[in-house]
Parts: sequence; C-alpha cells; structure tokens
Amino acid sequence: MRQESPSRPSGYGPGEAPRWEDYSKCIQCGLCLNSCPTYRVLGHEMDSPRGRIYQMIQVERGRLALGDSFVRHMDLCLDCRSCETACPSGVHYGRLIEAARGQIERSYHRGPGATFLRRLFFRELLPYPSRLRAVGKLMSLYQRSGLEQFVLASRLLKVLPANVEKAARLAPRVENPFFRVGTVTPAIGTRRYRVAFLSGCIANLAFARLNEATVRVLARNGCEVVVPKDQGCCGALCVHAGLRDLARAMAVRNIRAFAREPFDAIVTNSAGCGSVLKEYPGLFEHGSQEHLAAAELFSARVKDVTEFLAGAELNTGLAPQRVRATYQDPCHLLHAQRIRKAPRQLIGAVPGIELIEMKEPDICCGSAGVYNVLHPEMAAPLLAAKMRRVDETGAELIVTANTGCLLQMRAGVAASSNPRRRVLHVVELLDEAYRQA
Amino acid sequence: MQEARTARALPLDDLKRIVGERNVLWRAEDVMLYEYDGLSAHATPAAVVFPSTTAEVSKVVALAVRTGLPVVARGAGTGLSGGAVLTEDGLVLGFSRMNKILEIDLENQRARVQPGVVNLDLSLAVSDAGYYYAPDPSSQKACTLGGNVAENAGGPHTLASGVTTNHVLGLEAVLADGSVVHTGSACWDHPGYDLTGLLTGSEGTLAIVTEITVRLCRKPEAVKTLLAIYDAVPDATRTVASITARGITPAALEMMDGFTLRAVEEATHAGYPMDSAAVLLIELEGLSEVVDEEAGHIECACLENHAREVRRARSAEERDLLWRGRKNAFGALGRVTPNYYVQDGVIPRTRLPEIMEFMEDVGRRYRLRLGNIFHAGDGNLHPLLLYDKRDPDQCRRVTQASAEIIARCVELGGSITGEHGVGIEKNELMPLLFSEDDLALMRRVKAIFNPEGRLNPGKLLPTGKMCGELRVQASAGG
Repeated sequence: MRQESPSRPSGYGPGEAPRWEDYSKCIQCGLCLNSCPTYRVLGHEMDSPRGRIYQMIQVERGRLALGDSFVRHMDLCLDCRSCETACPSGVHYGRLIEAARGQIERSYHRGPGATFLRRLFFRELLPYPSRLRAVGKLMSLYQRSGLEQFVLASRLLKVLPANVEKAARLAPRVENPFFRVGTVTPAIGTRRYRVAFLSGCIANLAFARLNEATVRVLARNGCEVVVPKDQGCCGALCVHAGLRDLARAMAVRNIRAFAREPFDAIVTNSAGCGSVLKEYPGLFEHGSQEHLAAAELFSARVKDVTEFLAGAELNTGLAPQRVRATYQDPCHLLHAQRIRKAPRQLIGAVPGIELIEMKEPDICCGSAGVYNVLHPEMAAPLLAAKMRRVDETGAELIVTANTGCLLQMRAGVAASSNPRRRVLHVVELLDEAYRQA
Repeated sequence: MQEARTARALPLDDLKRIVGERNVLWRAEDVMLYEYDGLSAHATPAAVVFPSTTAEVSKVVALAVRTGLPVVARGAGTGLSGGAVLTEDGLVLGFSRMNKILEIDLENQRARVQPGVVNLDLSLAVSDAGYYYAPDPSSQKACTLGGNVAENAGGPHTLASGVTTNHVLGLEAVLADGSVVHTGSACWDHPGYDLTGLLTGSEGTLAIVTEITVRLCRKPEAVKTLLAIYDAVPDATRTVASITARGITPAALEMMDGFTLRAVEEATHAGYPMDSAAVLLIELEGLSEVVDEEAGHIECACLENHAREVRRARSAEERDLLWRGRKNAFGALGRVTPNYYVQDGVIPRTRLPEIMEFMEDVGRRYRLRLGNIFHAGDGNLHPLLLYDKRDPDQCRRVTQASAEIIARCVELGGSITGEHGVGIEKNELMPLLFSEDDLALMRRVKAIFNPEGRLNPGKLLPTGKMCGELRVQASAGG
C-alpha cells in the first residue's frame, strides 16, 4: 500500500485554498469525466474535474507549480458543476475550483493587458450600478446609431486586444428603458407574499424586459414585489474569477440591502446569481461570526423564481400556447441548486404546450457567465452540440431559466438553419400566457 | 519534476509526426495526470498519445515496441484494477479522440464503434428506436467500450444478459508489430478459433483494440423493480438462493447492507429505508404477463425469508432513482470515509450466508468498518473496506483483511475477481486459482501476441517479483 510521500512545501499562499476536507472526498473514480463539458470537447484528463482536483492536490504537495499550466486548466473550467451532480462521493467541486481561483488571483500575474481589463471590469465597473448605467447608455447609443454594425464590419477592432474584440462581438443588446430599482409593485388580487427581487447588475440593462416580466408574474401570483434600491451585483462573476474579497464586499452590501425586513423570499430570475446568493455563507467561513450568521439568514430566504412559483399555488389563468417546446437546464439551477422539476412543472402548467425533452439537457450550453467571451474556442463547440440536441426534438421554442443561457441559446438559434425559433425564460413564457388570457 | 527517466529514448518527434503535435502530451505537468486510474496512482508516463485512426495506433504501437517502450491503452481511466496505468516508464495511448459510433445497424441489432465511445452514449444513441447495449457496469456513464472489452466488464444486469464477451461480435485490433487484424464477424457465429473471446478480457496484454462490433438488445416490453427490506442480513442472503431455486432468473439481483444503504440514501435520496439491516434490489424483464407472475413468486420468496416489506417501484422515475443509488454506491461511501478499498471476489451464490458471516468476522478481527454491496445473483461480492490512508497501520490491516477475504472466496469455490479485472492488483494471486500448467499455457498465448512483452507489462499474469500478494493501493485524494 502506497503511503504519503514526504511532502514539499505547499504551492499555495495565504488565504483560502482548496481544503483537504473537500478534495479528499474525491476517490478518482472518474465518473465525472463524461459530464464535464471541457473533457467532452478536449478529451484531456487535465481538463476533467478529476484531473483538476488532482492538479490542485499536486500544487498543495509542491509537486506542481502554481504557474501557466495550472492556471490554464483552472481557467478553462466553466464552473458549471455538472460534475457535482455526477459525483457519487459528494465532492463540492465548486468550492474547490473557486478556492483554487482565489489562490491564482492572489499569486499569479496575468500580464498587463489582462490585469488591466480584469481590473476595469471587476473592480471599476461591476460594483457600481451608476457606472454600469452610464456604460449602458453609451452602449445603447452605440448599438442604435448603427455605429456597432459599422465597427463590427470594419477592421477597427483588430487593433485592440483579442478579448476586447470578442467581447464586442458577443456584447448583449442593451434594452431601453433600463429596469428601475427602488420600486414596490402591489400584488394583483389578494396579497399572499411580500418578496424582494434581486434584479441583477448587467441584467438591469440587458434584460430589463425579462426583469419586468418577472415582477408581473410574481404580482399575478399574489406577491407584493419590492426591488430594494441599494442592491448591487451578486458577486457570482467575482467568485468564479477568484476575486473573493470583492465578492465578500458585494455580499455584505446585498445582505444589508435585503435585511431591512423579513421578506417571505428573496427572488432571482438568474440561476447564476441564485446559486452564489445561496452560497454566501461559504464566503464568510473564515471571517466574523456576525457576518456568517447574517449570510446564513439571507441565503436561507433566496429562491429561484421557478422554485418560488412552483412552491406557491400557481395562478392558472394562462392562455393556451400551441407550440412544441424543449427545456435546457441552466447549470447553476440544476447542478448548483439541484432544481430540476420546478421549471418543468411551470412549463407543463401552460395549456397546450408540448414539452419534448432533449437528450442531455443537463450539459452546459457554453455560456457560463462571461466564459463565452473569454473562451470562445470552447464555448462554440458546446453550443453546436447543444443545438444538435435541440434540433432532434423539433422544438419551435427553447425554454430556459437563466440570463446567460438565454443569450447563448439565442446566438445558437440565430446562427442555425431555423433562426425563427424563439428562446424564452420560463417567466417570459408564463408572462406571455398570462397577458394573452 | 519527471522522476527517474530511464535510459530509453523517447521518440517524441516521431510520435508527433504520426499523430500531430497537438495530440502528444509529454510535459511533466501534463503527463502526471495519466499516472492514475480508478485504482490508484502508479508510474508517470513518458508521453501520452491521442491517435485518431487505426493506422495511427498501428504506427505508434510499432514504434513503441521497436524502441522498447511499454504501451498501455486508456479509455476513461475508471478501471479498478490498474489496467490503464503504467507500471514503468512508457506510453499511454489515450482513446478519447477515437470516440465515434461508426455504424448503427438496427435491422441486424448491431453497432460498430471506436473504443473511446462511452458505454452509456451508445445506449443513448439507439434508445429512441427501442434498443440498448446490455452490459451496464456501474461506471457506465463514464467508462468506455474499449475498456469494457479489455476488462470483460460486467454489471448489475450480468445475471440475465451476461458480461461484455457475450455482446461482442467482432474486433479490429493492432498487434504488437503494428499489424492490423480482424476477429469474429458481424454474424453471431463464425468459423475458426474464437479470437474475439480470447482478446476480450485480455486487459491489453495481447493486442490493442481499435474497433468493436457489438450486439444491441431490444428493450424489454416490461420491467419491474422490487425492493425487499430485511431486518437481518442472513435473511436477505438466503432469499437469493430461494429465488433462483424457483426457476426464476431476474435481470438483476443486488444486495446492499444497512451501513452502505444509509450512505447511499444520504447521497441520492432514492427512498432506501434508513433503519434496515439489508435490502435486495430485484429487477425482472420480459413480457408483461410473465414479469407480473414472477414478481408474485419473488415476493413470496422474500416474505418466506422474513423480509419486513417488499416494495415495487411505481414509475420509471422511482426505478431510475433506486438504480442511481445502487450505481453510485461506491462513491457514496466516499462521503463517510477518507479512503476505501473495494474488493471484487466471487463465490457460488449458495455460499452467500457463509461468506457474509466470514466478512463480519474479518471486520471484527482487523478492527475495520466494512460495507457490503454486491451482485448477489451471480455471487459477485464487493466488500468495501473503509480506512484513512494517512494511517499506515490501517493501510496494513486493509491489505491483510482483503487478502483473507479473497482467499476464502477461492476456498468456497469462487474466484479472485468477478468483473474488475486482475491488472496489477491481483496478478500475484492468480496461482490461487490456476495451476502452474494453466498459467504456463496463458504465458504461451501471451508470447504469441506480445513476444516482447511491451503491451501492458506487469499485468494479469504473476510477475514472480512478489509472492502471492494482493497489491492494494489507495486511491489518491488525500
């Protein structure tokens, strides 16, 4: 029996690092491999969940450097957490990869260009709703004036760093007018709940109509909907990128913003936001007890909008929708929050809908936050595979439950042979059916 | 970082010429990811090569043998006997690029696939048409058909449908000199020696399979899944023989003890009773009327043997959940222990009560926690020995306890492995089962196919370097 070899000093510095309690649960059975999007595309053990965990262990043991190779494989992970669903051992992979990225952020230097862009986006833009709005207004002008079409068609972008060009091509459409925060919408009919809505950061600009639809659907289901004014970005993108201190600051702000009163639920329509909101306590495990307790109280109230509606008595005043639909599981809803039935139950509640399950609805579409911007070479084959699965169903409508997936699936449909297919969030589908009733 | 590189030169440029630069891994930080499989970590390969065609496999194998480098083929690396890792410096042939289903011929119930196709992906590809690929190892959502052929994989449904070899019609394989041969045919019977049977289960020591023709089965008209719940383990084990004594062969007949099923239930919430001593998971397949009648008989057999309750899965969803629990059982124990060692012994099913008693005794004597989960119908045991590999004393006790269990299986008329293969785990135990003459014949067969011994060396047959020892190696992760 092989015993531990005398270990070299750990490659991790101070701060949160992958912990023995988490990675020792991995028994290297490999059952996660085929559920991992990057392994499915590349076929390399280094880009599998089991392999990534092995690399984290080797860094801890001082056998592998926290350098280019390690960073490349950790970066390439979509953090979709499909491996957590596949894992029989109950490894909390998300916790491991996020801790590893925290270490990378602390001690790895990415070069001046990437460092500048990351700083600009994560530290100077995301935390400030007012700056986001200002950028949103500029974007809106840019997109409406025809300037965008001109820029994309021109060679102007070629002079900028490659990532800027990619970002420019994949930038979401800004929706005017932006979603308004600081509002209270009364329930339609009897008030049964008073809920708070976390409307997101970029979503207030790029998914303003979806946010409005969410509020309307909640109101129709007996909710008085409060949208706290001083809320901000949930921090999911920061957690995924390893910026844990910044994520903590964002968490503290939101916990404060939503702690004003004991809402019946804190509702979100974004699976990516929801999963990190539910995991706020993980950010404070090493901090003050006070913060941890507040985070636990906050997280216990967070509900995905589909989870909330499926658990409430649904208003059934829905007009029939005669359409064949298929449902794409958002990774952060299915794998991170373990919500599979709720969205299907809501789709099924709409009369006339024929829901055809696609094969492998639980494999990532390649969106994964800003992943499709940073790693288009991986996101593209994942989207292509996803669209083939959609095609097999013959569906005219793709339903999903997360903003990132909406963007990605819409891009997939636009590039497909049948660009007239629609892509809707579950609440958009419900909203349409209510409004037509 | 690369430790102890041998004198053998690595023909890196030639390898890159054959498969293309991006299909060769040789940097220390990459190849270290290929030093383990589902069993444990071993030698670090000098390079990992990802061929895309049979011709590339042929060239790589010929080159490796010419340079004296050992070669091991690797699918997903989920094996539990070390079949896909090297025992010394050499090459790993990764089959993750050869993962195409080449042909599906439903009229003739067969498919032609590359070795890197994942077991469950083949069933998924033909499921709409009402077909599936029958052998269902618990790792089927990740393991590859090439690995299944090498290890002659079984699974819970082995009882009725047999193991991999019963479902392989023909093979294309690369021999040690690089030549490409075809065995069997697409027909169900063919003249000459059964080389397909010989290669299936040869654990990569005779040839490297590059294409597989498999049989597809029609999904049964009806499936019924029963869960029999017991307050005492012997009642459950006695039930197994009394079911088969009634002339019924269930499609699957699985047993889990109370300790294991509590871990499983925590992991999957499949509805297993937390307070029972053991359960039998029994599945029947066939025509509706027959299945109904048999289910009645089985219920009687269970109740006669003091089952507390017999439940029937009411929906496909409930059935899937029970199976998900069963198939994830090994890993579920990972939740309650830092490490475990899974054994794979076989006994005649009539001896189940005896071996269970024996294992309980072993656990007591070595002060080890044992979980039991096994394919009861065909007497294939999977005791799981729980330990913490940071404690050398526990490691030693696990090794000794496992060796005792395996020796007892052989004494009872069984075998040292049911489906996980021999590999580097149990090759030194082969003399327990085979005489010197038996082994000599095997060596002669190996010498014909693999005269230089470069194909998966150190596996399957005793090396003579260790004497009758079980080589338990802990999985990494801590």
